[in-house]
Amino acid sequence: MSARHATLAVALGILVCVPLFTPPYFMHLLIQILLWGFVYTAWSMMGRFGFVSLGHGAFMGVGAYIPALLWNYYAVTPWIGIPLGVALSVLLALVIGYPCFRLKVVGHYFALVTLALSQVVMLSIVAARDVTGGSLGFTPNAVGFSWYALQFPDKRYFYAISLALWLGGLAVWRMIDRGIGREALEAISEDEDAAAAIGINVMREKLRVTVISAALTALGGAIFGQYLMYLNPETVSGIAVSLQIVFAAIVGGMYAMLGPTIGAFLTISLNEGLRVAFATNFIGAANTIYGVLLILCIIFMPRGIVGVVGRVRLRRPPAKAVPAE
Amino acid sequence: MDIYLLEAIINGILLGGVLALLALGLNLIFGVIDVVWIAYADLVMCGMYAIYWLYAELGWPLPLACLVAIAGVAGLGVLVHLMIIAPILGSAPINQLLATGGLLFFLQSFATLLFGTDFRNIGVRLPVIELGDIYISYARLLAFAVALIGAVALYVFLRRTFVGTAIRAIAQDRDIVGLMGVDQRRIYLVTSAIGGALAGLAACLLALQYDVHPFIGNTFGPLIFMICVLGGLGDMIGGFIAAFVISQIIAIGGYYTNTELSYVLAFTFFIVLMFVRPRGIFAR
Repeated sequence: MSARHATLAVALGILVCVPLFTPPYFMHLLIQILLWGFVYTAWSMMGRFGFVSLGHGAFMGVGAYIPALLWNYYAVTPWIGIPLGVALSVLLALVIGYPCFRLKVVGHYFALVTLALSQVVMLSIVAARDVTGGSLGFTPNAVGFSWYALQFPDKRYFYAISLALWLGGLAVWRMIDRGIGREALEAISEDEDAAAAIGINVMREKLRVTVISAALTALGGAIFGQYLMYLNPETVSGIAVSLQIVFAAIVGGMYAMLGPTIGAFLTISLNEGLRVAFATNFIGAANTIYGVLLILCIIFMPRGIVGVVGRVRLRRPPAKAVPAE
Repeated sequence: MDIYLLEAIINGILLGGVLALLALGLNLIFGVIDVVWIAYADLVMCGMYAIYWLYAELGWPLPLACLVAIAGVAGLGVLVHLMIIAPILGSAPINQLLATGGLLFFLQSFATLLFGTDFRNIGVRLPVIELGDIYISYARLLAFAVALIGAVALYVFLRRTFVGTAIRAIAQDRDIVGLMGVDQRRIYLVTSAIGGALAGLAACLLALQYDVHPFIGNTFGPLIFMICVLGGLGDMIGGFIAAFVISQIIAIGGYYTNTELSYVLAFTFFIVLMFVRPRGIFAR
């Protein structure tokens, strides 16, 4: 039991105990931070290897809408609906990912193809307005407290679910990080042809990480829908959500395990802080500052806040080792 | 042929003109500076607000407001290059794309801050032309004509002037051009200004047809990227033709189904075509 393990245990203990003394408003913020943190972590699993997808809004939208639609129209429990939504997202990821990787659609082209995908999903939801409610949004039928319907008016349940989901996301991250796949993916992002030449199955490695990332994003979208009990094509899919995911992950730092979560924490608290500070007189003030911060982040610290902090920490030990002259 | 279908096709061609103009600007910047300005459509939004503010609020004459808007957006283009692109010119291209994405957030929210989320119209009503049973909006016809003139002017500029030749040369090989005594930084600035000016010109043409609101860039921005990629990023003639292909899909698709589905159709067509011809329809 090292100091590191002790710190982790204490941090986890605090997170578990939070619902005991937190007012509902802060619970709501915490749940949002955990859920978005989970989605941003899922995106970063691809992003850190240079596959910048602007299409994660598509996976989130599919994951959120499928269980809600099945519940309202066919009374199918989310316990079946959510896996179906995730499966559909994975299918979507394969349909887009396979040709992209086969034809070596990378960089700008990959970003723009995935951007088109998220537009297709968002516009399809809007176009099917007879079924989905279009831009007005969609409200799942509420039945009060129910495990069967996965609906809990009490925020503590969703806090527990989000916490579990987020920890699960970190575990997946760690699994990828520790596995042989990471070395392979890093080699691929450096030079695809060279990676293939030393026997890495480029297609399999890329598809695997894409599928994991899409599945987790869809799962995050589904739980988000269950928690908010309201879906809107603009808030769960489309270009705005896709960009939001990318930027929060970058601000936090997509190369470190906790980076995306820190991105979620910073962006959500900044948004809420500015919203409280400016009230509604200045809609847009928050995002104006947010936009400037993003630009500054990308120019001055492309590895994100965690990246900068990490570099400072790395620099210190050698300074100690070398005696002063 | 069905008269309404014919009308849809004609309107599609007219819409294609403005899209082609925007695709030209984006392609010029991509070809020369190797950057995708994700916020390009939002520069158009800024231009539309400039016209609205100068013409409808301050009461300036419309042509003057348009000229100032074009100059203003051209200046904005130079600012974007100096403040956002230039500092990270050496880093990964995807970082530059994302930095202009930050600009997208900034411009949209800043416009919300200044003007609110209301839809605003400059209040100019141009007549509708009747050709037999077909109705064609004069604003669209004007937009098409001006867009074509703009495209030809750009072509002549790139072919006939020294700066234009330098721009074309830099798009071909940015390392050698430096040895030939061309100042790259100056060419980048000129290119950004031209890209901005084209966005400003498009803003003048769109302001006559559409209401302006802070998120108008989201509605046609993705379309312009699709058009550029379809034509082959950096290939100006390809992008010009692709603009008409996409606008026809939207117009005819919209005639048979509805607006959103026609966009779904256009984006799906784009994705499928990317897999058939990954470097653009006209790639050799």
